[in-house]
Amino acid sequence: MPKISDVCRHVRSKNAGPFWVTVDLFFRDEELFRRYRDAPALGPELFERLYGTDPGLVKRLPVDTLRVIKISFPRAKPQGWMGERDMHAGQYYARLLDVDIG
Amino acid sequence: MTQADRTQDKVIVLVPTGMLGAGVRREHIRYGIAAGAQAIAADSGSTDSGPSYLARGVSKMNRESIKRDLDILMDEAFRAKIPLLIGTCGTSGTDAGVDWTRDIAMEVARDLGIAPKIACLYSEQTAADLVSKNGRGKITSLPPMGPVTDEVLESCEHIVALMGPEPYVAALQAGADIILGGRTTDTAVLAAVPLLMGAGAGPAWHAAKVAECGGQCTVNPRLGGVLMRVGKDAFEIEPLDLGNQCSPESVSAHMLYESSDPYRLTEPGGVLDVSRADYRWLDARATRVTGSRWEPMPYTMKLEGARGGDFQTMMFIGIEDPDVLAHLNEFHDTLQQVLTDRIKTTFGDEASFFDVSLRLYGWNGTSGRPVPANTPPPRDVGVMFVVTARTQDLANRMAKACNPYFFHMPLRPGIELPSYAFPFTPAEIPRGQVYQFLLNHVVHTKDGFELVRTKWTDLAETTIKVPQNAKD
Repeated sequence: MPKISDVCRHVRSKNAGPFWVTVDLFFRDEELFRRYRDAPALGPELFERLYGTDPGLVKRLPVDTLRVIKISFPRAKPQGWMGERDMHAGQYYARLLDVDIG
Repeated sequence: MTQADRTQDKVIVLVPTGMLGAGVRREHIRYGIAAGAQAIAADSGSTDSGPSYLARGVSKMNRESIKRDLDILMDEAFRAKIPLLIGTCGTSGTDAGVDWTRDIAMEVARDLGIAPKIACLYSEQTAADLVSKNGRGKITSLPPMGPVTDEVLESCEHIVALMGPEPYVAALQAGADIILGGRTTDTAVLAAVPLLMGAGAGPAWHAAKVAECGGQCTVNPRLGGVLMRVGKDAFEIEPLDLGNQCSPESVSAHMLYESSDPYRLTEPGGVLDVSRADYRWLDARATRVTGSRWEPMPYTMKLEGARGGDFQTMMFIGIEDPDVLAHLNEFHDTLQQVLTDRIKTTFGDEASFFDVSLRLYGWNGTSGRPVPANTPPPRDVGVMFVVTARTQDLANRMAKACNPYFFHMPLRPGIELPSYAFPFTPAEIPRGQVYQFLLNHVVHTKDGFELVRTKWTDLAETTIKVPQNAKD
């Protein structure tokens, strides 16, 4: 079973305003992008499990021209809260790399 | 295609950097001006670095970096007789941030011997005004937040409303040489001049979105800013560095950056829709974009508000002891228990609220998530201790109470007390307050001016005018 790091050439994460995080999965080629564009393994439950977000608010936006799947979700806790470990969510992507994409 | 063909009927804006103070390069500015730039525009703020800057009304960028960039930009803009627009002064765009930047600009003007006419645009709001608007149903929430209460509005230390381009356009029409804006959308400050000079709204807003982070839309983002040429139905984007490129991919990919929706961007007074945009090479360094659309909407301004809360004190140790490194999860859990008990037994009622957090850097400090089984031990970990309490004094005292246990806790009973590696003395570091953003709401206004105040500083009237060629 391939991992996200096997099928993507680049994965990144970043805060999108104080209350949202956005993740961009850049697929290696057109074929891989098409295969995983609607993959259930990248559903809201994954983001609930890894990031504690509300699965009902996870947005998934494929960008066909760039072979990118963009996934945006609200932060589980406000940016800068007392237990904050990643103010810019810039390292959030790392826990996606080993996820089995099915 | 000649330079003249290319620039015909286009409004040219030089975007020197994604963040004033990041370090502009004079040769890049001169390149853009030689290419026909009609204005220089840049952003000076962001909420990215967290709520502290807004809650305190303090700049993230140091004064010297702002002054250095303003010195180059004001000098070159003045010589070329083109306006300079700066949005979201002082990181969060509070009134204090605008005044702080204006004072630096006045110092630079004196140094350069120039006397520009400066317009300051203020968009900080009082809680009382917003409570009144809230009572009339003029404030609505954005997900994931619910409706705002008057108490939340009143608890914010600063509230700013994000301006659109209208106040910038009005200040330019009134003869501003330099505009220093409070909180403004990153795009509005860049779109203002194209909108004023008759460019298409879709291309103007889209070009501004692409250029908002300076070189971020280029192939090599470390090589400085960009030049945007905006026409009626298309725009072109070109890097300021001859060794850099704006490719169709680097330009279109920028719509993904830091935005939760890559196709639709809500701005004051409308929505930018790029779902049908087409990106093509113009030449070897620049990209041309068509198909950008602007949908006018009733005017709204986003609100940002923040406040300070509890206080934190931190300590830090390094550990290379192989026995501890081989049992890090056990070490973490035992230390957490020991320190929590220590605070409870030492502080009694004062410990009714506190939080101890231990982060093992080199193991799982960045995410705090469980480490997969069979992960080999690291060679070294840094353990950050953070205690949160209602006051700084109490957090400091709690850290001091924990110090001997944090420093000496053995992995298991019956072994000699270890001493872990403190890098500092004193070991406890008062860290200050925990800050919080409280608003993710928009306020409905009749236009782009209702919540904005403009103040003028005409240095020609307050200082001895220096001839324009004095520095040539």
